[in-house]
Amino acid sequence: MSVKTLDGESHEWLRALGCARDRERNAALARLHEMLLRIARAEVRRRSPSVDISGPELDDLAHQAAADAMAITSKLVTFRGESRFTTWAYRFVILEVSMKLGRHFWREHGISFDPGDWDRLPDRFGINPAHEAEGRDLAAAVREAVDGELTERQREVFVAIIVNGAPLDAVVVELGTNRNAIYKMMFDARRKLRAALVANGYLGANDARHVDG
Amino acid sequence: MGEWSALDRFLHTDPRDVGCEQAMAILHVYVELIAHGHDAADRYEGVATHLAACGPCSEDFHGLLAAVRADN
Repeated sequence: MSVKTLDGESHEWLRALGCARDRERNAALARLHEMLLRIARAEVRRRSPSVDISGPELDDLAHQAAADAMAITSKLVTFRGESRFTTWAYRFVILEVSMKLGRHFWREHGISFDPGDWDRLPDRFGINPAHEAEGRDLAAAVREAVDGELTERQREVFVAIIVNGAPLDAVVVELGTNRNAIYKMMFDARRKLRAALVANGYLGANDARHVDG
Repeated sequence: MGEWSALDRFLHTDPRDVGCEQAMAILHVYVELIAHGHDAADRYEGVATHLAACGPCSEDFHGLLAAVRADN
């Protein structure tokens, strides 16, 4: 899409950020940073109930996310005008907030790949604590499938995220990889586990029905 | 007998799922469609499938949608 087809505001952003005159370009960069910081702050506030950071530390994280998202100024040629420029820019800073929250968890808590406490599994899948026997059955069936069907790396990642409750983005930091790679690993693990649980009569083949095991 | 349903939902995989990389690459377009009242899930079925299954990407989606809606 050519720049001519952009909405007026997006066109103005691109023009100002690419301006040869330092004064005008610097003013646009300052506006961009201010905008990214506003979005980063709103996003960390939105996520604050589910993360263990608050106050100045959370604001620091927003500042870091906004500063790192300024790297989009070297990617302006990749903006194809499929959305408003601001929406395209917001996406970068929101992803930066995610990465920074993942890194914060990793730094504060580390990642445990230890087999951990499988007794927590029923709670993670919402099984009523009153149904203790069924919870034990579920944990035992899943553990057997995990041990028998998954590769070593899939087992580690499953245990870290599902059993020990680590955020996926923190596991990404620990393993020095990216979100897509971990998601794909878990996607394949989920498929294998479900097939094993269906084969063993714990789950129905086509829907979410429980088959008595 | 519904005690295992959450596990079953979690383990269910959908081949239409495009994964994190593709979903995040188009997220700004997807969000604007929704913000303007269009059926983004119909146009980008694989992205919708992914967002329903991936917690971190779903969180990013909700954050971006909130930011765009705050502007409107």
